[in-house]
Amino acid sequence: MMFATHKTAALTALALAASALPAAAQSIDERVNEIFASSTGWFVSFIFSSFPGTSFPWIVGWLVVAATIFTVYFGLIQFRAFPHSIALVRGDYSDPNDAGEVSHFQALATALSGTVGLGNIAGVAVAVGIGGPGATFWMILAGLMGMASKFTECTLGVKYRNEYEDGTVSGGPMYYMTKGFEERGIPAGKFLAILFSVFCILGALGGGNMFQANQAHAQISNVVGDYPGWITGLIFAAVVFAVIVGGIKSIARVTEKVVPFMGLLYVGAALVIILMNADMIGWAFGQIFEGAFTGLGVAGGFVGALIQGFRRAAFSNEAGVGSAAIAHAAVRTKEPITEGFVSLLEPFIDTVVICTMTALVIIMTGQLISDPATRLFLLDEGGATNQTVDGNKGVALTSAAFSSAFGWFQYVLAIAVILFAFSTMISWSYYGLKAWTFLFGEGQSKEIVFKVIFCIFVVIGASANLGPVIDFSDAAIFAMAVVNIIALYVLMPIVKRELNSYLARLKSGEIRKFV
Amino acid sequence: MSQTIVVGFDASDSGNRALDFAIGEAKARGARLLVAHVLEWSPYTFLTPEEIEERHRRRTEELSRAETAIIAPVLERVRAGGVEAASELKYGNIGETLCAIAKDHGASQIVIGRTGHSELAARLFGSVAGTLAQASPVPVTIVP
Repeated sequence: MMFATHKTAALTALALAASALPAAAQSIDERVNEIFASSTGWFVSFIFSSFPGTSFPWIVGWLVVAATIFTVYFGLIQFRAFPHSIALVRGDYSDPNDAGEVSHFQALATALSGTVGLGNIAGVAVAVGIGGPGATFWMILAGLMGMASKFTECTLGVKYRNEYEDGTVSGGPMYYMTKGFEERGIPAGKFLAILFSVFCILGALGGGNMFQANQAHAQISNVVGDYPGWITGLIFAAVVFAVIVGGIKSIARVTEKVVPFMGLLYVGAALVIILMNADMIGWAFGQIFEGAFTGLGVAGGFVGALIQGFRRAAFSNEAGVGSAAIAHAAVRTKEPITEGFVSLLEPFIDTVVICTMTALVIIMTGQLISDPATRLFLLDEGGATNQTVDGNKGVALTSAAFSSAFGWFQYVLAIAVILFAFSTMISWSYYGLKAWTFLFGEGQSKEIVFKVIFCIFVVIGASANLGPVIDFSDAAIFAMAVVNIIALYVLMPIVKRELNSYLARLKSGEIRKFV
Repeated sequence: MSQTIVVGFDASDSGNRALDFAIGEAKARGARLLVAHVLEWSPYTFLTPEEIEERHRRRTEELSRAETAIIAPVLERVRAGGVEAASELKYGNIGETLCAIAKDHGASQIVIGRTGHSELAARLFGSVAGTLAQASPVPVTIVP
């Protein structure tokens, strides 16, 4: 009898605890969200403010103009140098005696694992969800032009990096801003470098961290059922902490090995779905082109499609943002420009290939609801987004699209999202750390401070709502682009000199193939 | 011109047996011995940003460690046996790199130790002996 009473009491207590937990948890999530939204709102609205009298954000114009200028200035380098870039990655120009150093392929793979990720899965869904199929057209265009921006920044990143006596290197926009500006005798390089570093830290905490944690949580709760975000946050934070602070390389190594396979699996699945609906390919591209110029009744019309396309492309491939310049600067190479050539493949793979596939799958599987009579896409009640089947947004929309073809794919996608999110966080923790050490100096304890802050933001990101997180993430990453592109304009003649010299030596046979 | 025998050496037991065999062979033929040590390396593995940053320093360390801990004592041992010796230290796929070294030096044969991997491991990862059997430009001796 005694025993039974105890049991009942224990059960009651358990039930009470269980009912109290979600309520308390929900309020933690809500509080985090409230504080977060109110403290970052001003920054977001500044970055995304429109040209007076229009609904066109100045930042999107800034990126488009920059990518166009680099494309013209370097004479369509993204198309001219494309075959040579492939040859470099294949190792045709690598001296066998340098074996054991980081290869061009490895540099590309590592930089890609930082950019291929949620932008390609969730970001595209956001773009198509708001901008309609037409957003895809602008995304592809932004990807193609972004190749020139990436080429410029990565060449500079390698050229002006710091090399230390122990053989390690530090590089990135903050280094070409200070050293490059000094070389050209232009002031304010140091000021720009500091500004960039601040934004880079915010970007690392935002897009490189909170957005990832947020969408990973969304995907997990999509599969296992709703539960408070801070739980995912704590688990993620613990693993990230183990890797970046604890130096447990094995976790990172496993991820870095699994991520490429996940990427291939994702692209493979998308390809199969596209081929299964091969008769719809023409129609889907028709929707994309038509939507690009007419808007097809999407939120914000044609300008809405364009803005979303460019926004998500920039967020996904990070061209002009400066992050890739930090990643490539670590690679040892005799010719800085070869890293530029290799890096121009990144926006191509990331945006032109992978993002387009995601978009096609979403469009072809009929996730966007259109009016049967007018064939125009219907808007949500607020008019801000397109109506989707079951009202899915972000990564849930992509998941629904893939699952409509393969039911089991949502589980694969959940694992892929977690791994992509994780590898992107590891990459961005490195970018953020480089900006941090540029500001505060290198040193063990200073580095630990940043790494701990980074882990705390994982929890915040997983707890907050998608809206404020995505806005802040975008804003911080675009703020990096504002500063970085100014520097690219100033330093682009140096890149041109490198390019001409390299191409001349390539033509004369001084630079030759080893195979 | 005297012959050159390439011996693929690692610090394992079978590597040592291969070396002893090669020394005997070189003595008998009046050949010179080229001690080749290859550090396994693929340009297609994946690295984290930190690993990329540290790669050059690591490579320098690995090379100097191999030079002092493996190459130098072996050269001494070979020369003590009265055989002329040289060394090659390279990164790459072990089998392919041994073939390339043999070709570059116009060697007359290659001697390696048996690694003793299980059949499954050899199937999964490929074996040095297997690669040499298929691709070697000169006769190969595998010492058990």
